[in-house]
Amino acid sequence: MSEILAQAVGIGVSFGGRSVLQDVDFTLRRGEIVSLIGPNGAGKSTLVKVLLGLQRPERGRVVRPPDLKVGYVPQRLSVDPTLPLTVAGFLSLPRRRPEAERRRSLAEVGVPQLWDAQVHALSGGELQRVMLARAILRGSDLLVLDEPASSVDVAGQAELFELIGAVRNRRRCGVLLVSHDLHVVMAGADRVVCLNGHVCCTGSPEAVGLDPAFAALFGGSASALGIYHHRHDHHHDLGGGAEPQATGTGG
Amino acid sequence: MLDDFLVRALLAGVGVALVAGPLGCFVVWRRMAYLGDSLAHSALLGIAIGVLLDLDTTLAIVLAGLAFAVLLVGLQQQRQLATDTLLGLLAHSGLAIGLVVLSFAESLRVDLMGYLFGDVLAVRAADLVWIWGGGAVLLATLAALWRPLLLATLQEEMAQAEGLPVLALRFALTALLALTVALAMKVVGILLITSLLIVPAAAARPLARSPLAMALIAAGVGCLAVAGGIGGSWLADTPTGPSIVVAALLLFLATQLAPPLRRLARAAPTA
Repeated sequence: MSEILAQAVGIGVSFGGRSVLQDVDFTLRRGEIVSLIGPNGAGKSTLVKVLLGLQRPERGRVVRPPDLKVGYVPQRLSVDPTLPLTVAGFLSLPRRRPEAERRRSLAEVGVPQLWDAQVHALSGGELQRVMLARAILRGSDLLVLDEPASSVDVAGQAELFELIGAVRNRRRCGVLLVSHDLHVVMAGADRVVCLNGHVCCTGSPEAVGLDPAFAALFGGSASALGIYHHRHDHHHDLGGGAEPQATGTGG
Repeated sequence: MLDDFLVRALLAGVGVALVAGPLGCFVVWRRMAYLGDSLAHSALLGIAIGVLLDLDTTLAIVLAGLAFAVLLVGLQQQRQLATDTLLGLLAHSGLAIGLVVLSFAESLRVDLMGYLFGDVLAVRAADLVWIWGGGAVLLATLAALWRPLLLATLQEEMAQAEGLPVLALRFALTALLALTVALAMKVVGILLITSLLIVPAAAARPLARSPLAMALIAAGVGCLAVAGGIGGSWLADTPTGPSIVVAALLLFLATQLAPPLRRLARAAPTA
């Protein structure tokens, strides 16, 4: 098995007497894309903070390689329009990087033309890619993307996840996608961890999709998942599973 | 012939403007104009304590500003009160306690007007040493923290996740501002310090395409405002501190014309 990038064992956290996480186990290895999903208030961001060492858990322990480089892609960047900042300059934060490297990383995420653009004028999808470029420029071992698809339309989401998969293959990093949105999560993740204070269920996207705990947590929206799944993954949806071995031709 | 006191005033003003411009950019980017005001108000408490304990005034203001920075960043960690409430609380209690304390020191002559509106024409050589020596240290610190501070300004969570000490950075920025306020007090006074921070930065914005350019232009605008204000006050016999702020405002208004003019220039050949 490949190297463990972040592991949590038996994590317990509570805020002001209210338990947020109980007995959570979580492992992310190099080369893996893991989706962490759960409704709002499920403790997703707390678990991420614990994994990154930004929050000390009350119970349990966290294992991380000592010099793990983390690249964080937040949901959005609220750049004040009073802050003039080009994409080229943004890529040199928090440390100056050679221009050739910066241009290469922009090209890698498919937006080389944005080099001179002002960051506050970027669209949601462009900004996402630029932030991803900065994260890979750091030589990150672990990419953490918070609600990566919230500012992108559905077509853009499919592209974005294709891109994330390509980056993972090229850079051999681990990827953690954090989302409350089911549509996002299932595309291209190796493993899904469904969280609601505790780990409800975990496994491949297909297995989790069939898990009763998952259906209970997400109720009606779980059926919408099947449609998305069918269209973009070229796997058959839950209904199609009755047909004999209809594996997708695309991919 | 220029008089000595005018030269000293100019040197003091320029020294302060060189620091206030770049730091003021962060005040504008992080939307914390209130912080400048609050620091200035709390400085009055520093003055009062300095008078009572017979400390050097600048030193007392510096210490009060640092104490304010520690208190504010510490209090921000509790999440009961929002930052603007905290700032109002600290600033006005600082101001009020300062005035109360000063009333006890009635026997001492305290030039309150001088502190409120500044008295740049009364700058002594020792003040110049403070302003230029202190200013150089502040600018060097800001330069060293420049990129991490920018990242933390864009998205604190991202900076934190990537291992930057965001709390220390926030404290450092607050402390830098507190010290700048201490340096700027002589020049424009407590009531007008914030304008020296934000007006040059706001004036620089339409002319800049990078954070560094905006900081440098803001420093330049500040210097021009100081020169214009002191010159204007010399010619028209107006109060110097307010004249500097008026000059800065005029420069701000002038640079706001830059984008429309640029658009006109671009449109002209096709028209």
